[in-house]
Amino acid sequence: MVDARGYSCPTPVVMVQKAIKEQNPATLEVAVDNQCSVENVKRFARNAGYQVTVSDFEGDFKLVLKK
Amino acid sequence: MEKESFFKRYGLLILTGIVVGGAAVLLTKFGNPANMGFCIACFLRDIAGALNFQRAGFDAEVGTGIVQYIRPEIIGLVLGATLLAVIRKEFRPKGGSSPMVRFVIAVFVMIGALVFLGCPLRMVIRIGGGDLNAVVGLVGFVIGILIGIVFLKRGFSLKRAYRQSMAEGLAFPALMAALLVLVAVAPSFIIFSKSGPGSQHAPLLLALIVAAVVGVLAQRSRLCMVGGIRDAVLFKDFRLISAFLAIIVTVMVGNLLVGNGLTFSFLEQPVAHNEALWNLLGMVLVGWGSVLLGGCPLRQLILAGEGNTDSAVTVTGFIVGAAVAHNFGLASSATDIGTGPVALAVIGGFVVLAVISVANMAKMEG
Repeated sequence: MVDARGYSCPTPVVMVQKAIKEQNPATLEVAVDNQCSVENVKRFARNAGYQVTVSDFEGDFKLVLKK
Repeated sequence: MEKESFFKRYGLLILTGIVVGGAAVLLTKFGNPANMGFCIACFLRDIAGALNFQRAGFDAEVGTGIVQYIRPEIIGLVLGATLLAVIRKEFRPKGGSSPMVRFVIAVFVMIGALVFLGCPLRMVIRIGGGDLNAVVGLVGFVIGILIGIVFLKRGFSLKRAYRQSMAEGLAFPALMAALLVLVAVAPSFIIFSKSGPGSQHAPLLLALIVAAVVGVLAQRSRLCMVGGIRDAVLFKDFRLISAFLAIIVTVMVGNLLVGNGLTFSFLEQPVAHNEALWNLLGMVLVGWGSVLLGGCPLRQLILAGEGNTDSAVTVTGFIVGAAVAHNFGLASSATDIGTGPVALAVIGGFVVLAVISVANMAKMEG
């Protein structure tokens, strides 16, 4: 899981970009704590060919990226 | 994979760009200085002046400096963002991501902006007004952003922020509300310029309302001048940069429509000098510093309005930086660069940003 809580953009997207580039995972979980990062990670992941679902995660947000 | 429609992808940002550009033209028409309808750096500098942190261009005859005024635009931007963030339940106080380092970066970003004479937003507005010196600034701005991106790619981060109390998050919006009272009441200890750009301003209520609308749109769209170029380079994402272009086009068209004038030249542009080297280097400092901060001065105001206390500290750094820039003769005038140690400050700024960039490059947690 990429835990990007506490980071503001573009850091969460850079973290996800790195994880995808290095591991090319079929699924990836990402935690973020603000709506702006949710939107940015979602957009980036979709462009990289992933389906994205967002859910609540301890009062923050969890994104599940699936190929 | 679902495809976003063009409208959904770019609509809100282009609309925001048009409104910001239109607001700049409108506020100039109603009294703000030319090509300065909207400028975060200039307006924070004026606020520093109103609080007597600087008295640049002090004129003994009228008894005030030339850039002293509490700009309601700043207040409106922040409170507009706060309002929408509260309504959308996005008001989440957080902070603690290297606040002191942010403060230092902010001081140098402001010095760079005042060497150039404008924040990234005013740079875009100046380009829209035909000021070719601002195109030189843009080149510097892009160079600065590219330098910042090199460090972002190597894991640069100012570390994570943590949740803060509601009181901490509301402190900055409350400060803005206090400034609003001061500008409305205008007590004698608050200084408003009687000559120069500080004396030129749109009516209070108009400036406040227009800025609040911009604040609402900027909060919703995440408008950011630095983010536009950064995301285009880093992620091939052209959303934010579409607003950047929309502002330029709107300002050009707007200036022609209302008769503010539009002449493409380097010379005799309003509140601008044509020292190319310093226009360029000033904006390198702004671009680089803003990437490290995660957003341009406008974006910092919006984030501070959303309860981000790191951004609130950053804005405080901008105000201090403005005072430093004017008190030590680093800020440019409309004819020339400052009379103080400008080179030392700008080069010193690069050294400080380089140290901060390298020191925070360590592997990210998580």
